[in-house]
Amino acid sequence: MHAIDDLYVPSITGVDLQLRIASLGGRSYAFVIDWHIRTVAALAWYMASASIVYQELVVPKPDATFYFVVVAPTTAIYFLYHLVLEVATGRTPGKRIAGVRIVSVDGQPPGVGALAIRNVLRILDSLLFYSVGLISVLVTRQSVRIGDIAAGTLLVYDDDPKTDTGRFNEQAVARLGLERAELAHELLDRWKALEPERRQALARKLLDDGSERSDYALHEALKELVR
Amino acid sequence: MESELAEVEDTGRIEGQTALRAVHRYPEVARDLALARRLSPDGALARRLERIYARLHHSLYRPATNLRADVKTLFRREIPEIVHELRHRILVVAAGFALAMAAGWWMVDTHPGLVGLFASQEMIEDVQSGELWTDGLLNVMPSSVLSARIFTNNILVSLTVFCLGAVYGLGTIYIIATNGLFIGGAFAFTARHDLAAGLAEFVVAHGFVELSIIAIAGAAGFSLGEAIARPGHRTRAAAFQRAASRGAKLMFVCCLFLVGAGLIEGYVSPNPDVPLPLRLAIGIAYWIVLMLVLGAFGPLRTTSNAGGSNAIRNKP
Repeated sequence: MHAIDDLYVPSITGVDLQLRIASLGGRSYAFVIDWHIRTVAALAWYMASASIVYQELVVPKPDATFYFVVVAPTTAIYFLYHLVLEVATGRTPGKRIAGVRIVSVDGQPPGVGALAIRNVLRILDSLLFYSVGLISVLVTRQSVRIGDIAAGTLLVYDDDPKTDTGRFNEQAVARLGLERAELAHELLDRWKALEPERRQALARKLLDDGSERSDYALHEALKELVR
Repeated sequence: MESELAEVEDTGRIEGQTALRAVHRYPEVARDLALARRLSPDGALARRLERIYARLHHSLYRPATNLRADVKTLFRREIPEIVHELRHRILVVAAGFALAMAAGWWMVDTHPGLVGLFASQEMIEDVQSGELWTDGLLNVMPSSVLSARIFTNNILVSLTVFCLGAVYGLGTIYIIATNGLFIGGAFAFTARHDLAAGLAEFVVAHGFVELSIIAIAGAAGFSLGEAIARPGHRTRAAAFQRAASRGAKLMFVCCLFLVGAGLIEGYVSPNPDVPLPLRLAIGIAYWIVLMLVLGAFGPLRTTSNAGGSNAIRNKP
């Protein structure tokens, strides 16, 4: 098993685009969510359509309506789930929740052709209960399954920091330095989640203040620091 | 900037003023990002700038798309070129397929009991009672359902033949061989009960195209296996990617034809009112259309010239 590299995409500015390649964990998380969604959606369609049209789930004498209204959409939901959603919205709900997205090896969003290839090759990856895909992800440097190798794609983490960097005060950053300003903002964001002793110690360190101020006073002082 | 980027990502279009602003902002964001990476590489600001920079990069570097031109290029240039490249493999697979059919015929003709390996008990009993399993097919299910089931199954089989080629071609060999053995065995068994002509009459309208596509899928599958085993001057990954991309384009066109073949197999083949000459005409005409689309008869229009020249040259 290899350590996973980042994907560096050269740019005309001289500053490479840096994308974190998703590991087995990120991929598996997305896959498990997607598998449950598509299975539940397919089953739901089958049960709802069969109940509405035939008033029963097991149809003894299936006719054309059964195939086109019940069976075909159920099969399509299950097998075309990844392809349709990836082409239409860029990624599946599972990938969105897991915070990963598909990019081509040059860092661009993949085209329809590449998405089709990676999904067709799922036939190969899914052999032996996805063992083939799993082994491929484990042994390749970029943690890709065979469909990704064929399509020239890979999964990257889609970093979406929750911190609102728009509120960073220019003067505060200049005064404190970027790293210290970020730490102060992060501490403020996580203030309520931290143990009082721990947050007070961190605040004193950031404020460079050894005095015995109250929890509330330290919080206010931190806010003043980054204002 | 981020709201404009979101609009660009949603619509896939970038207007003049937005594009200009993006072009100006791109190096500015790059500079800020370089600073943020140096000062606080794991900080929230650096991560935010990474994201904005990536989105700007994607918006500016997004290749132009022209669906109509892409489709035209696919059918006029790429498909004939791919078929030309695969022509020897297609012939080899077709020969192997024919060999498997001959083997299937010989096996069942020599040892009739072996038909149980290829056919279900129900099919065997039908033939032994003087009926083909294809007789009265429309009484079991309507043509629409029959067509949909057939082309879905055929597309799945063809794609499987293609994909399993990645296992050094072994998966492709297995499926081609078993299908050939089944067809040969079925004909031999029906021939023993004087029903082979009826089976041929059933198959003739859709069979040419379906069997040709199986051979093409096999050849595309072999090219996947060959890319791994013998990548040439490319890396294995690059060779595999190229073979997969070209094979997938070919399979896309083949799948379109399999839908047509499925419709013929659902509406024409089981219909006893369609006479043999008409079936034959449909089968041959559809096969000729397939060959024309694959560029099997015409000169090769190549895309391999540097600079994407439109020059047309004939292959020797």
